[in-house]
Amino acid sequence: MEVSAEAKRIMVVALGKLYSSRTQRGGVRLHRSLLLTLVMKSARDIYHAAQTAAESAAAVCEQHTEMETCAEPSGGQELQSPSSVAAGRTETSPHLLPGDADSHSGADKENTCPFGPAQHTRKRRGKATAEPDFIPCKKAKLECGISPQQLHVSSVLDYVKCGELGPPIPLQTVIAAC
Amino acid sequence: MGEDTDATPTLNHHGFLPDHNYVTEADIISTVEFNHTGELLATGDKGGRVVIFQREPESQTEPFSQGEYNVYSTFQSHEPEFDYLKSLEIEEKINKIRWLPQQNAAHFLLSTNDKTVKLWKVSERDKRPEGYNLKDEEGRIKDLSTVTSLQVPVLKPVDLMVEVSPRRVFANAHTYHINSISVNSDYETYMSADDLRINLWHLDITDRSFNIVDIKPANMEDLTEVITAAEFHPHHCNLFVYSSSKGTLRLCDMREAALCDKHSKLFEEPEDPSAHSFFSEIISSVSDVKFSHSGRYLLTRDYLTAKVWDLNMESKPLETYQVHDYLRSKLCSLYENDCIFDKFECAWNGSDSVIMTGAYNNFFRMFDRNTKRDVTLEASRESSKPRAVLKPRRVCAAGGKRRKDDISVDSLDFTKKILHTAWHPTENIIAIAATNNLYIFQDKLSSEMH
Repeated sequence: MEVSAEAKRIMVVALGKLYSSRTQRGGVRLHRSLLLTLVMKSARDIYHAAQTAAESAAAVCEQHTEMETCAEPSGGQELQSPSSVAAGRTETSPHLLPGDADSHSGADKENTCPFGPAQHTRKRRGKATAEPDFIPCKKAKLECGISPQQLHVSSVLDYVKCGELGPPIPLQTVIAAC
Repeated sequence: MGEDTDATPTLNHHGFLPDHNYVTEADIISTVEFNHTGELLATGDKGGRVVIFQREPESQTEPFSQGEYNVYSTFQSHEPEFDYLKSLEIEEKINKIRWLPQQNAAHFLLSTNDKTVKLWKVSERDKRPEGYNLKDEEGRIKDLSTVTSLQVPVLKPVDLMVEVSPRRVFANAHTYHINSISVNSDYETYMSADDLRINLWHLDITDRSFNIVDIKPANMEDLTEVITAAEFHPHHCNLFVYSSSKGTLRLCDMREAALCDKHSKLFEEPEDPSAHSFFSEIISSVSDVKFSHSGRYLLTRDYLTAKVWDLNMESKPLETYQVHDYLRSKLCSLYENDCIFDKFECAWNGSDSVIMTGAYNNFFRMFDRNTKRDVTLEASRESSKPRAVLKPRRVCAAGGKRRKDDISVDSLDFTKKILHTAWHPTENIIAIAATNNLYIFQDKLSSEMH
C-alpha cells in the first residue's frame, strides 16, 4: 500500500512542521500553516480513498466467496445496519471523501475506527459472528500488519493532538488559532 | 538574448570571510530593488538593515566602462520588536523595499518588515555652514564679549555625507504578516498587503489607512486561501493586482467600490487533473507577481514555473516557462526539507522582452519571450571571477544524457537558493542575491536594451 504509506508519512511530517511553527520566531505564518493543512487533508483523503479501494477489492473477493458458501443476505445488508457506528462507517466507505471532510459532526467520530471497512469484511462471513466489532471501541483496532507506530498516526487522522497543550482539537482549529 | 554577461567584482554584503562557510543569519539578503533610474540599488536583510549601492558615473576616459555599484549608505531600518499582547516576537527582517520616484534632491524609499512600514529619506550633504556669530566651530555658544564683528556664515565643502532619516512610520495596521508593498503611480498613495488584507495609505498620513481588500472569512476554520503578493498597475492609479495561494490573480479597480473584495478580473488556469499530486496546492501558490513595464502583462512565479499573463485574457496564461521542472519528481523530499515553501521572486527587463527568476544551487534563469531561448547562469565566487563571462549551466535529469559540466539534479545544493533578483529599469544590469552575497552582472556587449 505504497500510496497510503506515503500519505501517512506526509501527514506525520505536516504535523511536525505545524507543531514546530508554533515556536518559530515571528509567530505562526498563516500561509505556511494553510498549505500544510491542505497537504494534510489531501493526504488524508488519498489515504482514505486508498483504504476504501483496498476494501472494495477485498469486499468483492469476499462477496464472491460468500455467494458460493452461504445463502444468507450479502454483506450489503449489514452495511445498512441501523447501528450508529455502522452508519458512520457506511458513510466512510462509499461516501468517503465528502463525508470524511465534514465528519466533525459524527458523534462517534473519535471511536470510528478508520479500519472499519476491514471489520465489515470479517463480518460478512456470517451473521453468526458476534456484534462486538460494531460496538464503539475506545481503542483503535489493530489491522493485520499495521504496527502500533503507524496506528498512532492513523488515530490522529481527524484530530490534531496537542499533546501537552491539551485535548485534541480539530484540524481547522489549528489554522484558526493564528 | 544570449549575450555574454560580465561579472563585476562581487560585492560583499557584510564582511563575509571567504575562507569560512559560516553565514550569519542576519546577513541573509531578503530583498533587492533598483530605484526608478537604476542609479541606486537597495538591499534589505534579515537583520533589519538596508544597504544602498550607488552606481558610479561612467568614466570619461573609458567610454565602454560601465559604472560600478559601490556602497552609498547603510542603516538600521527595523529592530526586533515584541508584541506583548500576543506574546510573539516581530522579526526585523526586511520583507520588501520600494523606492519612491525622485521628486527633489533627496531619495525616498519604503521598507517594511512583518508589521511596520517606514518611509526613509536619503539625502546628501556635501557642504556645511561655517562662521556663525553666536556659536563656535563645535556648536558651543560663544561668550558675547568676545564677539567684536559680525560675519556672514559661508558654506564650505566637506566630504560627502549621506544622511538617512525616518520620515514616516506606518504601524499597527496589519494583524497578519506583510508580504508586499507597492507605490501607486499617483506618487501619493501606496498599499501594504498581508495574508488576508490590503491597506491603502497616503504617504503623508500615518495614523490611518483604508482597507481595500479583506478576504478573511467570518470563521477562520473556513480559510482556504491567502494573499501572497500585490502590486499597483504602473500607469493606472486605480488598478492593482493581488495573487493568492491558490494560484489565482485578481485585478481590482478601486473606482468600483471602496472595498475591492469583488475582483474586476480573475486570472486562473484550470488545473491539469493528470498532474495532481499531494503537493499540487503548494506548488500552485503564487510567490510573486509583477506588472510589465508596459502595464499590459503580468508575470507570476509559482514553485516550478513562471507565467506571463495578458491582462486581456483571464482564462489562461499567455506563456508558461518551466524554471526547474526536474524538481517535479522530487517534491516529496523538497517538502520534507521545507524547500517547497520557498518563495521565489521574478523580474522583467526594461523592455519586457526577457523575464528572470531564481532557482537552487545559486542558479538563476532568464527567458527571452521573443526568441524563446532561455539560459541558466550561476552566481557564485567559484564560477565567476570579476570581469569573467558567465558560463551557461545545465541541469540534467537523473539518468539523462550528461554533458561535461552538467550538474545532476541530485547534486544540486538546495541551501543555495536565489529568491531575490532585480533588473535595472532601462539597462541590462541585474542584481542577484545569493544568501548573504549580492552579485551584480552587466551585459558587456551593450548597455542598451534590444
